[in-house]
Amino acid sequence: MNIGSLLNALPGAVAQGLIWGIMAIGVYITYRVLDIADLTVDGSLCTGGAVCIMLMLSGQNVWVAMAGAMAAGMLAGLVTGVFHAYMGIQPILAGILTQLGLWSVNLKIMGKANQVINVDKYSLLVSLRFIKNVPFFKNTILVVAVITILLIGILYWFFGTELGCSLRATGCNDKMARAQGINTNFGRVLGLMISNGLVAFSGALLSQYQGFADINMGRGAIVIGLAAVIIGEAVFGRVFHNFALLLLGVSLGSIIYYLVLQVVIWLGVDTDLLKLLSALIVAVFLWQFQSGSALLKPSRKGGKR
Amino acid sequence: MLEVKNISKTFNLGTVNEKQALRDLSLTLQDGDFVTVIGGNGAGKSTLLNAIAGTWMVDEGRILIDGQDVTKLPEYKRAKFLGRVFQDPMNGTAATMGIEENLALAFRRGDRRTLKNGINNNERKMYRELLARLGLGLENRMTSKVGLLSGGQRQALTLLMATLKKPKLLLLDEHTAALDPKTAAKVLETTETIVNQDHLTTLMITHNMKDAIHIGNRLIMMSDGQIIYDVSGEEKKKLTVEDLLHKFSEASGGQFANDRMMLAK
Repeated sequence: MNIGSLLNALPGAVAQGLIWGIMAIGVYITYRVLDIADLTVDGSLCTGGAVCIMLMLSGQNVWVAMAGAMAAGMLAGLVTGVFHAYMGIQPILAGILTQLGLWSVNLKIMGKANQVINVDKYSLLVSLRFIKNVPFFKNTILVVAVITILLIGILYWFFGTELGCSLRATGCNDKMARAQGINTNFGRVLGLMISNGLVAFSGALLSQYQGFADINMGRGAIVIGLAAVIIGEAVFGRVFHNFALLLLGVSLGSIIYYLVLQVVIWLGVDTDLLKLLSALIVAVFLWQFQSGSALLKPSRKGGKR
Repeated sequence: MLEVKNISKTFNLGTVNEKQALRDLSLTLQDGDFVTVIGGNGAGKSTLLNAIAGTWMVDEGRILIDGQDVTKLPEYKRAKFLGRVFQDPMNGTAATMGIEENLALAFRRGDRRTLKNGINNNERKMYRELLARLGLGLENRMTSKVGLLSGGQRQALTLLMATLKKPKLLLLDEHTAALDPKTAAKVLETTETIVNQDHLTTLMITHNMKDAIHIGNRLIMMSDGQIIYDVSGEEKKKLTVEDLLHKFSEASGGQFANDRMMLAK
């Protein structure tokens, strides 16, 4: 085992961790703020990637393509939100339904199971190739870090507004929220839209980074997102109390996850086993760091028992 | 202020658990009335409050608050008119949010939630003064998470939230039942102070018959989804717990022995 090859791979792991970190922040909003374990993300991540790549292939600017991806993700969140809040379907099931439907949608968007984009022919924002030997400002790690900080800033502002506070109250105690005149159904839909918008945005970055969008790219995304959330809380939870710092912790948690993954790969573990390992690790973390998690308890907190 | 006209509500219609919780019930409250509600378990007291609050829609009848028909209005829209305190101290506040954030949420009851700041410094000053009046020391813990407070503190805070924006009607659903006697007495005292000070029209469910007699200007007794006794003014002041027990067995055919109310003498 050559330590050099590990060190060589670390910047890529950090970049990937940062990109998935945006996705994990989306998961944090549903899982922690709204108290919903939303499985839509496994589909909406790919939707974001697919929309971004197809828009770019059709000649759109990269920013337009990423805005389009985000909008598509929000639409996916809207569907789950309507299933859950207005049709009374359990949140986990609502997410699974949307996720399944998105499989077809994603195939239709791409026309086939995957679409490649050539980094030399299109001006991508991020790429595997922009990790080393590129001008400082073009470095993917820097670009995604700046985007992450901007997004955290916007979310921090939003969740401090009247509307944002009403969303937090809805996730914490929906009975109280309604008694205070808050439209909890609307809040849930809005939260799911914001979350899936972020997830799709992350998917857009990921597809550029790896140079293709693939129908399977979102498989297990919820697990990676949860892992990042829980690692972030376990490692930084005692020092970070401010909401913005908590979100930063989630992003850092995602980086840690990818660094550990890189080490595991470097140690020579069969890569076919990685998803199994991830699932087991997240299960252990969920068990250890939180009793009564949203996954175990899909119904709303604070309701009459 | 409140007009409830012939409302009925049946739960689990067509199943073995079918239960007619409200039967053709009518009730009118005048402006400034403080009405205590008593009755056995399953008499429909909480159901009546939930019907007014809009937790679900009634099957029949109409509900008017301050002359406005709210029968079809969803819960969150009716909240504009109502202040509510629940039996379970966990229900009235958002535990993961700060004391001042909870108050700020309540301060915007009935308003559209915009992208303006969720709380501002003028409000903070006002909240600090109001919290100081509760005498629980909460004014020095404004940013503490509500989850750290005791049940009594949470109920007092919920009461303050319910009345922060003067409601047309205050609904208290056994809001002292989950507290120890000393805390319960304190919260009840705070309730009376706030209600008198703001002349709030109030509907308060209680299991304590003494409280029901001594507090408020009117008392109603419920049984089997109906109001079976309605007394106010001088007549109410002269009531004794024995009178109420007697009234109850008269109306319900003596099936009263297994109720918590017996213990509350």
